[in-house]
Amino acid sequence: MLGNVLTITSGKGGVGKTTATANIGAALAAAGNKVVCIDADIGLRNLDVVLGLENRIVYDLVDLIEGRCRMRQALIRDKRLPELFLIPAAQTRDKSAVSPSDMIKLCEELRKEFDWILIDSPAGIERGFRNAIAPADIAMVVTNPEVAAVRDADRIIGLIEAEEKGPARLLINRIKPGMVKRGEMLSPDDVLELLAVELIGMVPEDENVITSTNRGMPVALDGKSKAGEAFRNIAQRLLGSEVPFIPLEEDGGFIDRITKLFRSGGK
Amino acid sequence: MSGFFERLLRRETNSAYQAKERMKTVLINDRVNMTSSTLDNLKSEIIGVISRHVEIDSDAVRIEMTHEGRQQRLIANIPLKPPRRRSSG
Repeated sequence: MLGNVLTITSGKGGVGKTTATANIGAALAAAGNKVVCIDADIGLRNLDVVLGLENRIVYDLVDLIEGRCRMRQALIRDKRLPELFLIPAAQTRDKSAVSPSDMIKLCEELRKEFDWILIDSPAGIERGFRNAIAPADIAMVVTNPEVAAVRDADRIIGLIEAEEKGPARLLINRIKPGMVKRGEMLSPDDVLELLAVELIGMVPEDENVITSTNRGMPVALDGKSKAGEAFRNIAQRLLGSEVPFIPLEEDGGFIDRITKLFRSGGK
Repeated sequence: MSGFFERLLRRETNSAYQAKERMKTVLINDRVNMTSSTLDNLKSEIIGVISRHVEIDSDAVRIEMTHEGRQQRLIANIPLKPPRRRSSG
């Protein structure tokens, strides 16, 4: 069976695309899938440091596309998860080094070997985005509950629909439940109503994301982190499980609810 | 009852409410890429065309943009004037 191509995009930069790619990839691999994450942000390589693989890079995406290395040489195997691989972005080239048809061709090869191919799209709506979306079977849009991110998410959702890659799946990242409760942050329901798309996950703001990233370890592998749990749930939904959306609560409540869910036979 | 109005007032002054209301307008404009002057021109042309066939109350004409999901819709509400009675005799 051929693998699925999941493109993770956002329009606005800095909303957590790379973090989402690393964590959903890690969660899919931890669940027994063979996964490759492609950093399509050529010139602004980042997925390697988030995954803690920056010291292992020899060849990159552009080397592979231009035929300077074989597929096997460009694939970097993760330290912790033997079924997780990375194809890093080139750091010294720009987006014009790759075309949408290059990406389609590359993914056709990767589909034969991997269950999941995750593409971390660059911010923006130009060439880099076109490259990342061209081979996609599933398009995921990451946003934050904040006006600029929501506006750009709406633009990118429109472009995804225009490219016939829809329906887009929405990941609302960096939710602060306390602020939502006080009416000082757009709630997930507000964002969904504005964007009118299907929700795939809600990830709360969580300091563990920063500390894990500092260590180059995906937070999805941290059993105690709220964000990690949210990313694992997204992976399960991609795999076809109907995982309920856990209501976001202020510190303490979220963990308690998960604990209760597990105790009540959720697992 | 006063509690209800207080809550309503608080809701309208909180920043999430304001963000949502602002975004509703911004997203509609982004999606259809239509300025308010385009909409005004459209309205006067529609009034012109329809007036040639039936008599309408042009001051009461409303043209609005709405949406269902991600589908944008232009809604025109055009009240007709009651037919004038011919005076007998």
